[in-house]
Amino acid sequence: MSKNEVAVLGVGMHPWGKWGRNFVEYGVHAAQAALADAGLHYSRVDFLAAGETIRNGYPGFVAASSFAQALGYTGIPISSNYAACASGSQAMEAARTRILAGMCDVALVVGADTTPKGFLAPNKGERVLDPDWLRFRLLGATNPTYFGLYARRRMDLYGATERDFAQVKVKNSRHGYQNPFARYKKIFTEEEVLASPLVAEPLRLLEICATSDGAAAVVLSSLEFARQRATSFPRIAAISTITPTYPDTWIDMPKFATDSAAGITAPDRGFKDSIAYAAYEEAGLGPEDMSMAEVYDLSSALELDWYENIGLCKPGEAERLLRAGDTTLGGRVPVNPSGGLGCFGEAVPAQAIAQVCELVWQLRGQAEGRQVENAKAGITANQGLFGHGSSVIVVR
Amino acid sequence: MTKPRVPAIDGWFTMDDEPRLIGLYDQGTGSYFFPKDVALSAAPGRAGVVLREAELSRTGRLWSYTTNHYQPPDPYVAPDPFEPYTVAAVELTQERMVVLGQLAPGVEPSSLELGMPMELVLDTLYEDDEAEYVVWKWKPVTVPASVQAIRENT
Repeated sequence: MSKNEVAVLGVGMHPWGKWGRNFVEYGVHAAQAALADAGLHYSRVDFLAAGETIRNGYPGFVAASSFAQALGYTGIPISSNYAACASGSQAMEAARTRILAGMCDVALVVGADTTPKGFLAPNKGERVLDPDWLRFRLLGATNPTYFGLYARRRMDLYGATERDFAQVKVKNSRHGYQNPFARYKKIFTEEEVLASPLVAEPLRLLEICATSDGAAAVVLSSLEFARQRATSFPRIAAISTITPTYPDTWIDMPKFATDSAAGITAPDRGFKDSIAYAAYEEAGLGPEDMSMAEVYDLSSALELDWYENIGLCKPGEAERLLRAGDTTLGGRVPVNPSGGLGCFGEAVPAQAIAQVCELVWQLRGQAEGRQVENAKAGITANQGLFGHGSSVIVVR
Repeated sequence: MTKPRVPAIDGWFTMDDEPRLIGLYDQGTGSYFFPKDVALSAAPGRAGVVLREAELSRTGRLWSYTTNHYQPPDPYVAPDPFEPYTVAAVELTQERMVVLGQLAPGVEPSSLELGMPMELVLDTLYEDDEAEYVVWKWKPVTVPASVQAIRENT
C-alpha cells in the first residue's frame, strides 16, 4: 500500500461544451459541486490549487486566485499550476504534498477553461525564439500532425488499420453517450467515422479531439480527517508528474527534433512508458490490479499507444486488446469508461482532474449507464506539452 | 526579375546545393542538438558546457509521415487556395535523432514506406513581394537509374 495516500472527499464537474462564458464561472460551479459532494462548506478548505488556462488572459494565469476570489476570499494560501494538459495533475500534486506534509487537512483543486474555436494555436506575435510558434510557421506542424505521425507508425509497424482507429471512437462514443458531463452524447458507427474528412492522414475529423469549455474539481483530505467522517472513501494512491530522462527519443509536440541517442544511450523505458510506471511504483500496484483506465485519447489511435504505455499489453498488442473487446465496458479492463476526450473534447486545465472524477464515480458505483463492474482501482494517464507526465492511481 | 531566395529562418540550415541542418555537438558526450537557438537541451551535468556548431547529416531513414488536409492557424503562411502538405519524420542515422520537415513537392505520399532512405533539400515555404523564403524539406533519396539497374540485376 502506498504511504502517500490522501482521501477524495468530493468530486464535481461543469458539463463540457462550447458555452462561451467566463472560465471562472465553470470553475466555481465545479468547486461547489465537489464541496456539496464532500458535504463541506468552503470555509473548511485550508488550501486551494488550480490548473491555469493560458487562453483567458491574466485571470487565467492566476487561476487559483480567480477561483478563490469568486468563491469569497478566506485568506487561505493558494497555488496556480501550469503544465499544459498535465496542469490538473500538478495542481492535485500541490494539494496532496501539502496534505501529506501535515500543513493542511482539506484542499480544493479546480481546473476550468474557455476555449477558442478550431486548432489550438500558438500565442500571437513574431515569436522567433518560441519553438511552439516556430513549428507552426516553418513546418505547419499542428497538434494533429504529431498524432498523424504516431498513427501511421502503428499501421506500418503493428498492422493497425483505419478500422481499428475508428473502432476506438465507436467504443468511446458508446461509453460516454449517457455521461451527463460529456459534450458529444451520440453513438457513432464505424461508417460515420470513416466517412468524416481526413485531418492528419490517416486520422479523420471524428477521431481527433476537439477543444471544449468545461471544469472539474476535487476535494482532497488527509486520511485522518476523512476517517472522522466516513468509514470508506476512494483514495489517491499515487500521482506521477515526472519529466523525461535524457535522451528522449520520441518526437513530441512541439519539438522539431528528438534528443540524439548517438552519444548517450536512450533509457530502456521511454518517457511515455515511465509516466504510469512511476505511479505504479508509488502505489505498490501493477497494471494487473487496475479495473479500468482513463487515458488521453487526443486521437483515436493515441488511445492504442496508451494501452502499451500503461502496461495493459506489450508494444504492438493494443489492436488485439481492442478487437477482443478487452477495453470495452464489460471487458477485462475498460478504457475511457467516461467516453474520454472523444466524448468530451479537451478543456486543458480541467482534463486531468476530470479523469480522476470519473475514477471516483466508478469506484463508488455511481457511474450510471457506464459502470465498470466491481471497480477496485483505476489509473489515469496523460501528457502535457514540453515533457509533463501525468498519471494518478485511485483505489477504493 | 527573380526574387532573392532567403532562408525562412536564419542560421538553421546551409543554403548550398547539398543543404544541411545546422545543430550543435557536445564533444564530451557525442550528443547532437537541433535546432540550436530555441528549446535548448543538454545531457544531465552538461548544462553550460560550450557546444560547437555542427552540420548534421543530410540523409536518414523515414520514421513516419502524415498529410495535413486542413489549413493550420497563423503563423503558418498557407497558399490560397490551401493545398494539403505532408510532414515527414526522418531518423538521422549517424546522429540517432528524428527530425521533422515537410515532404518535398512532387513526391506522392502513397509512395512512401517507413525505413526508406531520405535526404534533405531546400524548397519554398512561402513568398511575398520582396523575397522567396526557403526551408528544409525531406525527399526520398533518388537512386540513379544505372545504380537501380545494377541492384535489380544482383
